[in-house]
Amino acid sequence: MRELRSGPGRLLVVDDNKVNRLLLTRSLELQGHSVASAENGRVALEMLRREAFDLLLLDMEMPEMDGFQVLEQLGGDRQLRDLPVIVTSSLEGVETIVRCIELGADDYLSKPVNPGLLKARIGTSLEKKSLRDQQKELMRRFATPEVAQDLQTSGFSLGGKLVHASVMFSDIRGFTSLAESQPPEETIELLNTYYELMFDAISGHGGVVTLMMGDGLMSVFGAPVPLVDHGESAVRSAQEMVELVELFNVERKAAGKPPIRIGIGIATGEMVAGYTGTNKRATYTCIGDTVNLAARLETHTKVAQRTILIDQATCSALSERIAVEPLGPVPFKGKSNAVEVFAVDPGREG
Amino acid sequence: MSAPTIDRATLEALKQTTGAEFVLELVDTFLQEAPVMLEDLRRALAAQDADKFRRTAHSLKSNSNTFGALTLGAMARELELTSASKVSEGGAEPLNALAQEYSRVAAALTALRHA
Repeated sequence: MRELRSGPGRLLVVDDNKVNRLLLTRSLELQGHSVASAENGRVALEMLRREAFDLLLLDMEMPEMDGFQVLEQLGGDRQLRDLPVIVTSSLEGVETIVRCIELGADDYLSKPVNPGLLKARIGTSLEKKSLRDQQKELMRRFATPEVAQDLQTSGFSLGGKLVHASVMFSDIRGFTSLAESQPPEETIELLNTYYELMFDAISGHGGVVTLMMGDGLMSVFGAPVPLVDHGESAVRSAQEMVELVELFNVERKAAGKPPIRIGIGIATGEMVAGYTGTNKRATYTCIGDTVNLAARLETHTKVAQRTILIDQATCSALSERIAVEPLGPVPFKGKSNAVEVFAVDPGREG
Repeated sequence: MSAPTIDRATLEALKQTTGAEFVLELVDTFLQEAPVMLEDLRRALAAQDADKFRRTAHSLKSNSNTFGALTLGAMARELELTSASKVSEGGAEPLNALAQEYSRVAAALTALRHA
């Protein structure tokens, strides 16, 4: 990523007039930027879709495709929507300038462009771009790509909607005593490796991790992005998690460390999914009976001595290739009726 | 409107910010492009192509102002703001006047080139 405080950028100059194009390119190069140019909007869009630019300097009056059309196209393009645009033109009339800004231009400079003004405006635009890039990067790190995408397209608002999805809870068995028996650095290292493996298995099947608590993970399949076979995806993801932990244990054993074991509970049904918290600090999560049931099933893996437990709804959603064993009804705390519980063969199908 | 053909201060500032060598290059480009623009204006007027007429006048205005050819710039702006149909009412006169002013600008810029 680019340094803050307006370091040099990669700029694209679009102008049908050769004198203007040469002059602007020269001014920008003298300010240390690397500059490419295009003679009309169509060529510019082709270049923007082919290579990455930090900023677009756009003339309005052009044959073939004018600046207004370029602004419209950029606004409708998910990849290019955030590209800063400075309109450089000698348009007559305030209303045309207003129209540029309304179409998404960041700034307007009238021609002939004053080099001092140009430098200042480009500096701020590049800085804004760099901040925007950092924000996106942070969002990618602290939210899942699905949630980040959802936030970018729909914006943030507290509140949820009813969705049909599968929820999975997982944790490491006997983690507390394991953590007490080794230095804290080793525990953090173990958790980091563990998380990396689990995240791969979960996102690889379309799941989204919504909560990390110590060694525990909550993930959802089917929200915020709908997933057709969320039940089966969750179970396949659970199987892969178990498989990856076994591989990890081979490594741990070779290093003289005790193996870890995990327990997983999955339930399927309706739940409320959305952003909860306050306007200052919020998280994407799912709430409802289905979620509680998944948590209970995960806890029950200790009692049942099984690795993966699922409910009736998840079981019904599975294809026959996944081996399932009915364990009969189990009375759970907070549930008036006993719940049918099924154990999934942790191994691969067949 | 007895403004000088070329406003020296504008041209000087251009040299200061982009370099004397570069300005010479830019002048050459302008001297190549401007006659084409004048021709485009005549054609657009004959064909009553209002869009092309306005766009070309706009480009000429912008380039003229870059070199400090403020009178030529003002004349081009006048044409940009007047519809092609209105311009043709005056016959070839407005474009002839524009071409004459351009000759003065071209001479001044060329003299500067050999200075």
